[in-house]
Amino acid sequence: MYRYDDFDHRFIDERVAQYRDQVRRRLAGQLSEDEFRPLRLMNGLYLQLHAYMLRVAIPYGVLSSNQLRKLAQIGRRFDRGYGHFTTRQNIQFHWIKLEETPDILAELASVEMHAIQTSGNSFRNTTTDPFAGAAADEIEDPRTYAEIIRQWSTLHPEFSFLPRKFKIAISAATEDRAAVKMHDLGLYLRRNEAGEIGFEVMVGGGLGRTPLLSHTINPFVPRRHLFSYLEAVLRVYNQYGRRDNLYKSRIKILVQSLGPKKFAEEVEAEWNASDREAVALPDTYVREIAAAFAPPNYDRSPTDEGAITRDAAGNSGFARWLKHNIATHKVPDHAIVTISLKPIGETPGDCTSDQMDLIAALADELGHGEIRVTYEQNLVLPHVRRDRLFTLWQKLDAAGLGSSNIGLISDIICCPGMDYCSLATARSIPVAQDLSRHLAAREEAIGNFSIKISGCINACGHHHLGNIGILGVDKNGEEVYQITLGGDAGNDAAIGAILGPAVKSGEVTASIDKLIDVYLDRREGSERFPETYRRIGAKPFKDALYAPR
Amino acid sequence: MQLVTGNRLRDGVPVYFIEGGRWSPALDDASLVDDSKADSLLAEALGGPKPLPVVAPILIEATRQNGHIEGLSLRERIRAQGPTTGPMTHQRLVIPGAS
Ligand code: SF4
Repeated sequence: MYRYDDFDHRFIDERVAQYRDQVRRRLAGQLSEDEFRPLRLMNGLYLQLHAYMLRVAIPYGVLSSNQLRKLAQIGRRFDRGYGHFTTRQNIQFHWIKLEETPDILAELASVEMHAIQTSGNSFRNTTTDPFAGAAADEIEDPRTYAEIIRQWSTLHPEFSFLPRKFKIAISAATEDRAAVKMHDLGLYLRRNEAGEIGFEVMVGGGLGRTPLLSHTINPFVPRRHLFSYLEAVLRVYNQYGRRDNLYKSRIKILVQSLGPKKFAEEVEAEWNASDREAVALPDTYVREIAAAFAPPNYDRSPTDEGAITRDAAGNSGFARWLKHNIATHKVPDHAIVTISLKPIGETPGDCTSDQMDLIAALADELGHGEIRVTYEQNLVLPHVRRDRLFTLWQKLDAAGLGSSNIGLISDIICCPGMDYCSLATARSIPVAQDLSRHLAAREEAIGNFSIKISGCINACGHHHLGNIGILGVDKNGEEVYQITLGGDAGNDAAIGAILGPAVKSGEVTASIDKLIDVYLDRREGSERFPETYRRIGAKPFKDALYAPR
Repeated sequence: MQLVTGNRLRDGVPVYFIEGGRWSPALDDASLVDDSKADSLLAEALGGPKPLPVVAPILIEATRQNGHIEGLSLRERIRAQGPTTGPMTHQRLVIPGAS
């Protein structure tokens, strides 16, 4: 993986020292909260309901085992022995003391991590495919470009005061596992007929108050001109994006108001007027960064597949795990393993320090020391030999990490909601816990299904993209939940449609149950929920949910 | 009735204002005043010695029931008693009728 150079080390160390002084001055009363707030936010520190919350950046969701051990240690020493993995492939600690944050940042710096640009009107963590470098269906390893974009965008002087935050995602595989189309700017790595690498550029996606999917504004930008094209997009946004209205300040609103075609023309004009060669991406630089993501030294001896089959036949838990948590690796005899952070009835995305330590040790022992964080709030060991899968599963299972539910209905995405978040209008975690407990028994029968839950309109839980989306809102002091149907992430991305009046908090699980009944009753063959929904429309679901009792 | 609350500067813990200039993490310690006296309670809280040990003090609505103070909103009940979500937090607030 990418290692810091001298510049990176110096920069992060200086930043920690600056921040330490800022905290000292705040505690001494030399800085007011108004003066200090932007400084702490620039270092990922929020004030939530019960304590401060520190959001630590995990660039494109890639962690080494040492970094995960450090996060475990931070959880144990400075929090309550756990952390919460987020939908932006980051981790949050919810029980942080301001006076300890400089020490935490220093600890993070010691393993080449930080919390910079996890908030504010800046570029946020560029996300990518958690299977990057291992996926059988990828053209190239997208982490190379995610890192190049990270270096280009971090504290970019021209774009440090954007109208609003800016999120980029990149995918290099046939299957979009990074929800690219819901980002301010999305990139699909493409190869043209001449075999050259370039990017399909999409802009204007985003969730929140105005959920929109992005539009392709250029089907192929040659790799060499990535920076000049991104700069052209950002310049158009910087110039025309609205700064007078928070709710209209994201690039999606600009793209919507200009229209994608006009927006593309503006970008093209800006791009044509720019000096592309001045910021051309040299092949040597790409190769240098790509070398940081060189594949591990795989053991290529053949696997005894018969042994795996026998282990699975003798252990139904393992058989189920093989079915749901394992993906095809590009190298024979290897597998990509997703570790579910969705045990039935627990908080989606939470992981104890002990579990983090165990996963780090297993990554060292069985997975070349690499871990990935998914935007779906799970962890991935990207390079595991198939003949070690049974051992791995046994050790995970013994630590409460053996859940076999990836892509199933209990693999719920859920934001922290009102149990922690100061912006929340309702709770989300208890809703997820109750649903997972209730639906687990029939999740095999339901098959591939996504439920996504947000505790407010900011949509950190991506509820618009859930096959069933749940949004908690406050109605005259009472929690009620709005249900959307038909959303989808990935290649067939779709924004769900609101079904009807919100349901009361105590009725969410029963309501979802009724909707699932309709789906199971009406689906044809292996049809996924969004397909059934598109075919039969909202009416049967409305009838089931809102029929007079 | 109302009281003044904020988060303690050094660690973010929710704290409640007591007339006379002290802050307590225990909601039952709070000074709960009639709506007519709320603004002067807030003024007293804001007027304390600088630096104020609390971030963004505000007034919230609360009641006294069975000798205990309770925030009227769910948000304030969660702030006072902790998350409702189970084992990892070692805190649990049971809200009747909720999911
Ligand atoms: S969606 Fe709302 S409640 Fe949930 S984490 Fe985001 S801001 Fe907080």
